[in-house]
Amino acid sequence: MNAESAIAGHALAYDVVVVGGGNAALCAAIAARRAGASVIVLEAASKFYRGGNTRHTRNMRCAHDAATATLSGPYTEDEFWDDLLRVTEGETNEQLARMMIRESKDMLDWIAEQGVRFQPSLGGTLSLGRTNSFFLGGGRAMLNALYLTAERLGVDVLYDAEVIALDIRDDRFQAATVQQPDGRIRVRGEALIAASGGFESNIDKLVEGWGEIARNFLIRGTPNNRGTVLDMLLAAGVDSIGDPTQCHAVAIDARAPKYDGGIITRLDCVVFGIVVNNKCERFYDEGEDAWPKRYAIWGRLVATQPDQIAYIIFDAKSANLFMPSLYPPIKAGSIGELAATLGLDPEKLTETVKQFNASVRDGDFNPDILDDCHTENLTPPKSHWARRIDTGPYYAYPVRPGITFTYFGVRVDHEARLTMKAGGPAANMYAAGEIMAGNVLGRGYAAGIGMTIGSVFGRIAGHGAARHAAQ
Amino acid sequence: MQRSKALTEADRLMTICNSCRYCEGLCAVFPAMEMRRAFSGGDLNYLANLCHACGACYFDCQFSPPHEFNVRVPSVLARVRHESYADYAWPPALAPLFKRNGLAIALISAVSIAAFILGFVAFNDPTALFERRQGPGSFYALMPHDTMALLFGAAFLWAIVAFVKGARAFWTDIGAQQSTLAEPRPFLRAVRDAASLRYLDGGGVGCYNEDERPDDNRRFYHHLTFWGFMLCFASTSVATFYHYLLHREAPYPLWDLPVVLGTFGGLGLVIGPLGLYAAKRKREPAMVDAGSRGMDAAFLAMLVLTGATGLALLVLRDTSAMGLLLALHLGAVFALFITLPYGKFVHGLYRFLALVRYAKERLTAAAQSPSK
Repeated sequence: MNAESAIAGHALAYDVVVVGGGNAALCAAIAARRAGASVIVLEAASKFYRGGNTRHTRNMRCAHDAATATLSGPYTEDEFWDDLLRVTEGETNEQLARMMIRESKDMLDWIAEQGVRFQPSLGGTLSLGRTNSFFLGGGRAMLNALYLTAERLGVDVLYDAEVIALDIRDDRFQAATVQQPDGRIRVRGEALIAASGGFESNIDKLVEGWGEIARNFLIRGTPNNRGTVLDMLLAAGVDSIGDPTQCHAVAIDARAPKYDGGIITRLDCVVFGIVVNNKCERFYDEGEDAWPKRYAIWGRLVATQPDQIAYIIFDAKSANLFMPSLYPPIKAGSIGELAATLGLDPEKLTETVKQFNASVRDGDFNPDILDDCHTENLTPPKSHWARRIDTGPYYAYPVRPGITFTYFGVRVDHEARLTMKAGGPAANMYAAGEIMAGNVLGRGYAAGIGMTIGSVFGRIAGHGAARHAAQ
Repeated sequence: MQRSKALTEADRLMTICNSCRYCEGLCAVFPAMEMRRAFSGGDLNYLANLCHACGACYFDCQFSPPHEFNVRVPSVLARVRHESYADYAWPPALAPLFKRNGLAIALISAVSIAAFILGFVAFNDPTALFERRQGPGSFYALMPHDTMALLFGAAFLWAIVAFVKGARAFWTDIGAQQSTLAEPRPFLRAVRDAASLRYLDGGGVGCYNEDERPDDNRRFYHHLTFWGFMLCFASTSVATFYHYLLHREAPYPLWDLPVVLGTFGGLGLVIGPLGLYAAKRKREPAMVDAGSRGMDAAFLAMLVLTGATGLALLVLRDTSAMGLLLALHLGAVFALFITLPYGKFVHGLYRFLALVRYAKERLTAAAQSPSK
């Protein structure tokens, strides 16, 4: 049943109402439509900004038993599980996680069948070439393909359609109130799929968890992830999961815009220099492990520093060793001059660098392996790639925590169905993507896993909602 | 040297793109970009001429307008390309022809056609223009073959010299090695890539024009245009061969090779550019360099005029309209020839050379890192 005619009449009714417009929402919509349901997608953003954080993604992590045209080798379910267990330090639901990993194997083909194209790992991301499938053209290309498929299948999509209220009675979704530029409409549905992202763009909500320091955070993605639908569901008695301060946060260029700066503000140069706070003190081992394994901890590390700001300091030897980024580094002829430009105490920074340089033990510098260049008698140490910062010009990047996505969300079961606080599953409500990421990802991060959560739970939710609607 | 606004903007965009790299699998521009960290004017001219304007990177970009980063690679590289044509023009005194190219080409064409009509009248009886003629040699009653060959030969030679000079200027500007041009592998790779329009396919699904829905129309029409042009060129070459070596004079019978080649070529030259023009009218405005509209339209119009007058001449060659149509056709072809180095035609030359350079860079990179 396609509800074209009803749009004019202000009373829309569909089998499945999908709230959100990203990867999870579209996978859910497509799966539900393919299963025979009538489907509407309610996207709060305009057509250009559709897709939430999916616009900024570039790959997804799926298990596979053999190399493919674009993946350099097998990545077994067990290895995926081990990786997830390691990054989450056990903060995961094993049953859900293992199911997701199992389903992820089929996802590579399924996503490709929806028109999404893959390519070998991008330049500078060789370390992900075996585990992660990269979208040809990036996340927006992926979204464009999913939207074209959804539209071809007859899924209705409304843009600039923000859900401002959910009518939920006795654990049962009835209808959504949608604010559009030209007025409000009510959309009834047999089933609801909440795929509306997290709440990282709602600074006040971040402050509730993190305290005032959250006002200094930058948001790497969409300004639309305000967590309003999440709040509505929780208020309606849906159970929550996760810790409000857990999220994927990296250190990004402090000069980035408050929202939507995306991938190009990230900095891959921590391992090549030292990182100091605004008191010119180092605070963590910059050379602990290979950058891809460690980059996701630096957002939280910087968040705990005074004023939530830090500075990566390096010299001319390292200037070309990492991926370029949007803003050029701040440059000076001496460390003291560099400190003055950054607004730091020149004497203190000079002293910190001097101490660091004095503790460096020479080795065979090799950025591709855990080399033997390290410090001695320095706290915190720098375990690898430690080279004296002694060759001008000297450079610095100011960094702040850049929040990518949040983990606190709604609790779901193995059918992606919402779990009520009072116990038991909701009658006809499902969730997929960032809004329920915390079920699998309680903490930590592994590249591409957000998209896996979105696609896998999206498809499961779509199937479940369509099945429910057909009953 | 002070950079143009377009080069400054292209530098800004390439810095953004090089930090992102999501588009690396779409075409040759982005892998070539990744081999650099900073972009000289020559680098940007190289990347701009490597771009086929397939549009995929615009619709795939999370930073295209209305995003504040305002990333519009297709239109900015189109502007850089256009400016680069003027930079490489020979003689430099004629570079301003690229400034108001549509007007310049239109005026040159009008003068050329008028000159042929007047010439036919001046050198013959004024009524000769409308006389009905038939059979071999009928064209040459209006203009002796040797005069025609000399005039067009000279125009063609001029164009060749200008191309060689322009090519050298481009090759030097982008910092490519002279020796690369003598290597067969990059050259053959570039011939294949150019002949197939490999990079006008949006990374595999077809190019993008109006919106995020890819289609292959522009590639199809470009193939018609290019191969139409080549068939017309082949037709003329065969006819010259017939004339001087077999001593057979035009017009030739309908089944004969020059006519067959010319007919198919002419159809390509009419349908192809019209298709490209229709696509251009519908193109997403943010992907269009407004300053190149005149140049683009003028070149397409010249091709259509050449093809259409040739076909009309074929159909009406036995009627009294032949004389006027011959003047029209020769006037159009002559104008096309002399303006080849000063219009959109040069995009083929510089893009081909950019593809040679790219093929060479890929081979060098592959030899250096066996791992990828």
